[in-house]
Amino acid sequence: MSFEISEDHEQFRRVVRDFAEKTIAPHAAQWDRDHHFPVDVVHQMGDLGLFGLTAPEELGGADGDFTSLCVAIEEIGRVDQSMGITLEAAVGLGINPIQTFGTPEQQQTWLPDLVAGRTLAGFGLTEPGAGSDAGATRTRAELRDGEWVVNGAKQFITNSGSEITSVVTVTARTGERPDGRPELSAIMLPSGTPGFTAEKAYDKLGWHASDTHPLSFSDARVPEDHLLGERGRGYAQFLATLDDGRVAIAALAVGCLQACLDMSVQYAGERTTFGVPIGRKQGLAFQVADLEVMLAASRQLTYRAAWMRDAMAGRAGGGSTPSMQDFKQAAAVAKLYATEAAVTGTRIATQVFGGYGFMEEYPVTRFYRDAKVLEIGEGTSEVQRMLIARGLGLPVE
Amino acid sequence: MKIVVLVKYVPDATADRQFESDHTVDRAGVPGLLSELDEYAVEQALQLKEKAEGEDVEVVALTVGPEAAAEAVKKALQMGADSGVHVTDEAIAGSDYLATSQVLAAAVRKVGESGAVDLVLCGMASTDASGSVVPAMLAERLDLPQVTLGSVIERQGDQVRIKRDGDTSTEVIGATLPIVLSVTDQSGEARYPSFKGIMAAKKKPVETWSLADLGVDAGEVGLDAAWSKVEAAEARPPRTQGEIVTDEDGSGATALVDFLASKKFI
Repeated sequence: MSFEISEDHEQFRRVVRDFAEKTIAPHAAQWDRDHHFPVDVVHQMGDLGLFGLTAPEELGGADGDFTSLCVAIEEIGRVDQSMGITLEAAVGLGINPIQTFGTPEQQQTWLPDLVAGRTLAGFGLTEPGAGSDAGATRTRAELRDGEWVVNGAKQFITNSGSEITSVVTVTARTGERPDGRPELSAIMLPSGTPGFTAEKAYDKLGWHASDTHPLSFSDARVPEDHLLGERGRGYAQFLATLDDGRVAIAALAVGCLQACLDMSVQYAGERTTFGVPIGRKQGLAFQVADLEVMLAASRQLTYRAAWMRDAMAGRAGGGSTPSMQDFKQAAAVAKLYATEAAVTGTRIATQVFGGYGFMEEYPVTRFYRDAKVLEIGEGTSEVQRMLIARGLGLPVE
Repeated sequence: MKIVVLVKYVPDATADRQFESDHTVDRAGVPGLLSELDEYAVEQALQLKEKAEGEDVEVVALTVGPEAAAEAVKKALQMGADSGVHVTDEAIAGSDYLATSQVLAAAVRKVGESGAVDLVLCGMASTDASGSVVPAMLAERLDLPQVTLGSVIERQGDQVRIKRDGDTSTEVIGATLPIVLSVTDQSGEARYPSFKGIMAAKKKPVETWSLADLGVDAGEVGLDAAWSKVEAAEARPPRTQGEIVTDEDGSGATALVDFLASKKFI
């Protein structure tokens, strides 16, 4: 197995970096302070084609590979993790389920605007009493007179309540299986559906500029054809998109680590104590060296997993085609390592900045707050370890 | 309709630039890119193409420069131009404005052999030499009307209306195509290449022409044929330390105001 980032991807990286530095970086601190979700920037990211990277051309996409999406998420995340997660969730959780499981009519209804970045979609799985344990889902959808009537609540749902959110797909119990377990299906709820409310945005530790809401459903009615994919396959469908999401979150962590390294190297060369730059102090320089190692390793793991995903789809050269099991393992390994490295990396970077690392006037502080959630979202570190152990054949619970 | 956009490959303005022993710019030692001011011309060409509903508009990106200058054409293709022409020949190195415009004119004529050129679009200046004269010289050589420093372009058929912002007035100029037109950095932000554009650009046709292909005599261009010569080039002296005003008795503000007034800033 071998992979490398192609020259096309590197050129695309330069374009996204240029865009991110000009359009996002100068405002990221202000948006973070104001908890402001910059809708106009979402549109600009759409103009650049970021939301349609992996969508088919007939729906306005670029028909590009998964690696290109990871590059975009990394580069946006390098200047602003909030906009990085906005992109990651918009594609991975908003567009992908509709693109993968939607009927041609559903795709035509929702995807052109989503792919162009004119609108956003969310995916609601997590509930107050159900996260990784999706079987505990309480939200119900009953079919009455040709309509799904949805009741219940979801929480921590990204891109679900912005002014340009067009639809949120939610998992709900639609019945019981013969073995007594719930039958879970995915139902699409357009924004503005009576009875569907995106509650007040959360007060979060980080990702202040990303749009995250609790959702509530009280007799929210949608036509029967708003079922996404097969009835009873809601959770299975969601799981099928999770592996991609893990790699995408790893790419966001790589962006975070790259930012930490860039800021640390620059500051360590500028800041002087006792008449010399602090980078001359081994105690500090060695920590920055560790940061470089964590970044390099995270980058390799992430893009190797992305390459495997593309190779499985026949979109990458070099070596034999990996198996699904290989890819799942690689995705969990990348997600686990890169996100934990990002948390450690932001701790090192804030330490490099000393007292200023605790002050909001430096972006390093924002990255410190933003990094923590990477170990939680799209499968916690514990879930990744469980998956990896299972992948090794261990009988872990 | 056929639009030729002139795109120049220039040394990155944010990098340290050096000169060769003959006082020409050291192009090998500095990373290069498509001149930012020419990106505005590419953008205007693409907008004209997009607004021309139902009409076939071909945008040809044309560059004259060394091997690496192909990057300027590539960027234009990634942004959305349809095809590219790269004129390259060792004899061109060191050409002055007159020789450059001669090569460009020959190339535009050759592009026109496969269908008349209706519009030649240029940036307002290059970001390296900053001469601003090539569009005018090119128009003379092609015997075409010229409109320079346009900020808004509207087209209906072969009629164009161009807004031209001057220091003291704004002019609106009407012209009949074909013309040579340069546009300013006020004409509208240039788009970024999309990933789709980057992938598509690889399949777009690019022709590489030498002076012989254009029928231009190598003796008429290049450093030796230049009408002007750079005799010396020196780095700007480093900035000297400014004056520091120490406010001990409350007179600091007055000193600052006096300084600004003496420089005519206020």
